[in-house]
Amino acid sequence: MNHLISLSDVVFEYPREEAAPLRVLNHLDLTVEQGEFLAILGQNGSGKSTLAKLLNAILTPTGGVCTVCGFDTAQEENLYEIRSRVGMVFQNPDNQLVANVVEEDVAFALENMGVDPKEIRRRVDQALKQVEMYEFRQHAPHQLSGGQKQRVAIAGVLAMEPECIVLDEPTAMLDPRGRREVLNTVRQLNQEKGTTVVLITHYMDEACQAGRVVVMDQGQIALNGTPKEVFSQVNTIRSLGLDLPQVTELCWRLRQAGVPLPEGILTEPECLDALCKLLGGGVK
Amino acid sequence: MLNNFTLGQFFPGQSVIHRLDPRSKLVCTVLYLVLLFVVNTWIGFAICAVYMAVVIVVSKIPVSNVLRGVKPILPIMAVTAVLNLFFIDGTRILDWGIVHISWEGIVFAIKMMIRLAILIVGTSMLTYTTSPIALTDGMEKGLRPLQKIHLPVHEVTMMMSIALRFIPTLVEETDKIMSAQKARGADFESGGLIHRAKALVPILIPLFISAFRRAEELALAMECRCYRGGEGRTRLRQLRYGWRDGIAYLSMVLLFALCIALNFLLPNI
Amino acid sequence: MIELKDVSYVYSPKTPFEKTALDHINLTIGEGEFIGVIGHTGSGKSTLIQHLNGLLRPTQGQVLFNGTDIWADKKNLRQVRFQVGLVFQYPEYQLFEETVGKDIAFGPTNMGLSQEEIQRRVQRAMEMVELPASYLDHSPFDLSGGQKRRVAIAGVIAMEPKVLILDEPTAGLDPRGRDLILQMIAHYRKATGSTVLLVSHSMEDVARYCEKVLVMNHSKVFAFDTVEQVFSRWQELEAMGLDVPQITLLFQHLEQKGYSISRHKIYTVPYGAQKLLEYLNWPAGKGDSHAE
Repeated sequence: MNHLISLSDVVFEYPREEAAPLRVLNHLDLTVEQGEFLAILGQNGSGKSTLAKLLNAILTPTGGVCTVCGFDTAQEENLYEIRSRVGMVFQNPDNQLVANVVEEDVAFALENMGVDPKEIRRRVDQALKQVEMYEFRQHAPHQLSGGQKQRVAIAGVLAMEPECIVLDEPTAMLDPRGRREVLNTVRQLNQEKGTTVVLITHYMDEACQAGRVVVMDQGQIALNGTPKEVFSQVNTIRSLGLDLPQVTELCWRLRQAGVPLPEGILTEPECLDALCKLLGGGVK
Repeated sequence: MLNNFTLGQFFPGQSVIHRLDPRSKLVCTVLYLVLLFVVNTWIGFAICAVYMAVVIVVSKIPVSNVLRGVKPILPIMAVTAVLNLFFIDGTRILDWGIVHISWEGIVFAIKMMIRLAILIVGTSMLTYTTSPIALTDGMEKGLRPLQKIHLPVHEVTMMMSIALRFIPTLVEETDKIMSAQKARGADFESGGLIHRAKALVPILIPLFISAFRRAEELALAMECRCYRGGEGRTRLRQLRYGWRDGIAYLSMVLLFALCIALNFLLPNI
Repeated sequence: MIELKDVSYVYSPKTPFEKTALDHINLTIGEGEFIGVIGHTGSGKSTLIQHLNGLLRPTQGQVLFNGTDIWADKKNLRQVRFQVGLVFQYPEYQLFEETVGKDIAFGPTNMGLSQEEIQRRVQRAMEMVELPASYLDHSPFDLSGGQKRRVAIAGVIAMEPKVLILDEPTAGLDPRGRDLILQMIAHYRKATGSTVLLVSHSMEDVARYCEKVLVMNHSKVFAFDTVEQVFSRWQELEAMGLDVPQITLLFQHLEQKGYSISRHKIYTVPYGAQKLLEYLNWPAGKGDSHAE
């Protein structure tokens, strides 16, 4: 049992005034393996953000056990052990940068951990290079675009050299260019450095790039598998209020009509290929 | 529109003064201010003024900018002078019922005005040549000894630094909310004082709500990055004294000594 | 209806931060048009829409509303803002009143309307954005994110503007929230016949809902034409770094390979599927529409 993160039978309830507590996570089981890229997809209110907050002990389960790198998140004394191993990037790029200069912001966590200044310098430079923001190290946060700010936030987490990065809808407030920047950075980290990534999102195109997709609904896991497996469940995905890639939907419609196309087509080149084979195969 | 927004009156530059350690500048400025109230001789004031003039020249800050800083406090200077003029008793040279003006009063009033003018120039030189960030850094480091007597130095400087970080964001936000309310026909330009004050409500409420939301999210983000107060914290940027700082301190000590000596040796000049 | 004549706008002129945001724009927006506005962040589209209701004053050129220069008489400016409603990005952050009803009434009250008329408009606006009437006395701050946004949009709709401009009304919403808002806008437009400008980053949304597309690039109008015409320049749009709908791209690539599926540009999935089935002569496809 060497999972990086494991949640077993986790329940989470928000207390409410004059009403029964609101159950957001309902007996959830989930494991995250070292080095994987996991996307958690779901609409607002599906419990995905609460799940993210459990992963670095911002919240602790009201029932069940959540273990991160072998530490039980419910134990107060494990707090800093957990937080230095699981970094968190939030939705609003403006509200998570603390310092007035990019490089100082990246250094913030290390300063808090009492790391030696020389070592801070080394790690800050390295983290900034990884997210390709090194040349902006002397800029003030308000001079940066949304995508750049998010990359700085990611660098701030990377500097801690964590086992895992959890990103809670990091692209929801960005324009398409910013979204691409952030997603490319995240993918690179996962592929080149082997950092475990948990990406919470409601954009299906981002989830398609992950190694595994978990779809949340009403505090439970509705679907769990590779993007191909998950997005083949067209009816379920739609009933959960989520999008499908346009080509996936196209192929699904054609298959409904009886056209022989393979399942699980996610990208445009894949679809083009399949259609060319079909059209060239003499159906015409 | 707000991209050119600069905070305070920092005037970027590469002069010797700019490159002084912020701690030296802070300490020297404080010493200089104290000195201004210790000095009591005309020649002492002249020397202090020359010292400041040298600092201005070396810093390459345009003199017009420096003088502009004095302008807003002219009324305060005038009021202070008038008060001194009327309330200091001595050899009377004018008597109008309860109002009398004395020779000593005139002298004191003039000295007070000189003091205030140099004082403003001196403090604005600090903000002209030191970025707000460097200033906060300097305060945190320079005032650290006070933490021993339980003054919340780290907390205060952290607050200042966060305020600096968020001022551009909030200015931008204010601008946006104002535009949005204008688009719904809000009118900030006409009407009397009360009407105008009322017109601010649709701006201030959303602004406060958003500031609280930001504060909450920022606190969470800080906690997630292992923030737990000032204890055991290290810093990326280390302040280091150099030869310039030695010269700055030395010049200040000499100035101080000279002026005090003049107070005793030539008290009447 | 709205006409821009040689409009330029420069931010912070004569400073080191000088930046041209609009560069000699000529544009005519007709009555009842449903226009998607696309372009990168910084392409000038936000600056452009703030000129249409007189929030920004052109450095050069004229903005005409129904033939009159909106800056000719400053007193008329407020009237123009009532006629050209602008919903900003994340409009829920401008809510300030104690109740939903009072907040929506802010615009109509500023117009100096009678109490009865204000009440009527508030009710109508709430119907338009599909908020139940029972929310009238709720605090807007107790609502969900999507509901807050609808309250904010209702606040502009309640002014009953001739032109409604929405700056990324779906930003940050999940797919269901996004579809709700877009359907609501489409329905509003159908019911009132007003001109609607929808600023969006999503080509899919623009393709699905709008009739015309205005593409801004480097402070200039790159294209302003029907959806079909604009997306036929997909290679240029791609080069600009804008995302062409995946489905449009697929059919363009098929055409390059020698399969001309349709004479018309395809930018929605159901239409694409139908055309493909027709092309394949697939039995199920035949029933839907007439063969070529």
